[in-house]
Amino acid sequence: MAGEKKKRLMQGNEACAEGALYAGCRFYAGYPITPSTEVAEVLSARLPTVGGKFIQMEDEIASISATIGGSLAGLKSMTATSGPGFSLKQEGIGFACMAEVPCVIVNVMRGGPSTGYPTGPSQSDVMQAKWGTHGDHPVIAVTPAYVQEIFSETVRAFNLAEKYRTPVMVLYDEIVGHMREAITIPEAGELEVVDRAKPECPPEEYLPYDQRYEIPPLAPFGEGYRFHVTGLNHKDDGFPTNDPGMIEEGNKRLLRKIENNKEDIWCNEDYYLDDAEVLVFSFGSTARSARFAVRKAREKGIKAGLLRALTLWPFPDKALKDAASRARAVIVPEMNLGQIVEEVQRHVAGPAVEGIHRVDGEPITPAQIIEVIERYA
Amino acid sequence: MATLKELSAREELFSGGHRLCAGCGIPPIMRLLLRSAGAPVVATTATGCLEVGTTIYPYTSWRISWIHSAFENSAATISGIESAYRSLKKKGKIAADKDIKFLALGGDGGTYDIGFQALSGALERGHDFLYVCYDNGAYMNTGIQRSSATPLGSATTTSPAGSAHPGKGQWRKDLTRIVVAHNIPYAAQASPHNWRDLAKKAEKAFNTEGPTFLNVVSPCPLGWYSKPELSIETAKLAVDTCYWPLYEVEDGILKVNYKPREKKPIEEWLKLQGRFKHLFKEENRWLLEETQKRIDSEWERLLEMDGKRVF
Repeated sequence: MAGEKKKRLMQGNEACAEGALYAGCRFYAGYPITPSTEVAEVLSARLPTVGGKFIQMEDEIASISATIGGSLAGLKSMTATSGPGFSLKQEGIGFACMAEVPCVIVNVMRGGPSTGYPTGPSQSDVMQAKWGTHGDHPVIAVTPAYVQEIFSETVRAFNLAEKYRTPVMVLYDEIVGHMREAITIPEAGELEVVDRAKPECPPEEYLPYDQRYEIPPLAPFGEGYRFHVTGLNHKDDGFPTNDPGMIEEGNKRLLRKIENNKEDIWCNEDYYLDDAEVLVFSFGSTARSARFAVRKAREKGIKAGLLRALTLWPFPDKALKDAASRARAVIVPEMNLGQIVEEVQRHVAGPAVEGIHRVDGEPITPAQIIEVIERYA
Repeated sequence: MATLKELSAREELFSGGHRLCAGCGIPPIMRLLLRSAGAPVVATTATGCLEVGTTIYPYTSWRISWIHSAFENSAATISGIESAYRSLKKKGKIAADKDIKFLALGGDGGTYDIGFQALSGALERGHDFLYVCYDNGAYMNTGIQRSSATPLGSATTTSPAGSAHPGKGQWRKDLTRIVVAHNIPYAAQASPHNWRDLAKKAEKAFNTEGPTFLNVVSPCPLGWYSKPELSIETAKLAVDTCYWPLYEVEDGILKVNYKPREKKPIEEWLKLQGRFKHLFKEENRWLLEETQKRIDSEWERLLEMDGKRVF
């Protein structure tokens, strides 16, 4: 059967590359870094066969910069990296936020800080994804937990980037990046694929940052629309401005375009949430342990439930508040020393909030989570 | 220069038992290098095979002061160390006549690519240090990705040979020539098969005041798909085919240190390595010819400059 033919055993990083191709990515610029390198390796072989372009750059900064260039030229563009490379890319990410250039940045998280633990998993870049570059800026980050989901979330990341003219991060960790699972490649048309809005006005009327739009259409370089792109605060025509009103309005619109569309950007998995008294909030590969722990707790008669974030940024505060309103405790397992747990504390009043943290390069086990669930049972 | 007997009598500062691959070119380079210093050495090493393979906890191969900073900043880190020592000497906290050698190490990825800016900056500022690049022609530590040192036509995991491309599409960056353009007092190319030439160059570089540079070809059985037991022969063929000429530029004067009596065709070097296997297919013949042509013209250019002032 046709459907069965498309079932494949695939590594997470390969699924990311395939998801990107499905989403229409035709430009990739990257630099080797463990544990993300396979994304580049697969795309170096696959992109030329679909008329796309793969470039290996001389470093991480060059990679994000070329990705921005590729996107401005009109191609859906992506780069992939891991911790130290993500640190080096931050200025470019800020530029893409400011200049509103759609692009996808994959960060396969490994232990840190610094060179850290290149071959071990971690979830310690989640706050860096939000605040790594300087200045106020919106951020969208998706956090797949399964190989199949790396494929679909990479597609969604491209859709969000194109729709909201913003960099979107795909955050997963070494575990799912290197894990091999059976996945089904969707048929063309099965998943939604969004292309960026192009201007309908004649070139002489085009304003790349037209304040009348929440998300102004983006003209590709080379189609007759001449416009200015800069990382400086700019006016609606893209040229730099010192006007306090325009600076403020420009910054606020950047935040607004994400804030106003959170319902569209958010994506969660609810697991036994309706009557959950002990809530686990989790994301990425850790959520696989959390899901198992919740099921085991249910078998023991404990009313546990899992809220799994597939969109970590913007933070899913609404779903969290709703689920937490019925819970006596919120447990936040994460492979770091306490990052998202503080975000949860910020939004949850009433229930106890307890983190489970691990930074030894080993995954958080279901047993670790069950132990805490039982304490609040 | 120290004789082989003298060199062998010196303390081994790079210990065995490391995890570098069988047939890796790096260990013989490092052993000879440290033996040639003749004074205490402080070394920085960029992320890469050398760093990973020699420092897996709880072991280290380094019987010297050694620091791994990051991928892009070996030359910048040694700049800070060398400057601090200079300051400490000025303050009298280290005896003014105490001789300490500063050594920065990196592979071709950490030198030609991501560390290039740091290298150029350190050379321009004129720190008193030696930079040694072990050039194995790709990012071997992360699994054989192309670098700007990778030869034309080489298959790597990011320049795979297939129907769309016959391996890497660009000629390698001539880093030694770029380094020479920084007008530093000493720069040279060397190979581990010619221990006498390498030791002599290391000794000269260590004992020259100001920034010095050695680019050393380093066979990699893993990434070259070559036989580990043939590594030294493979290095020798890189030189005998004039792919990797042994030369030095001392105070602006270029000297070719070795002229093969009989220059071998490049195919002899290429055929030992699986990364070039596809070049021997009929449709890729032109790439072999282009490679030979380019090597010939670069070798001729080098011979024309032999004995002359190049800056």
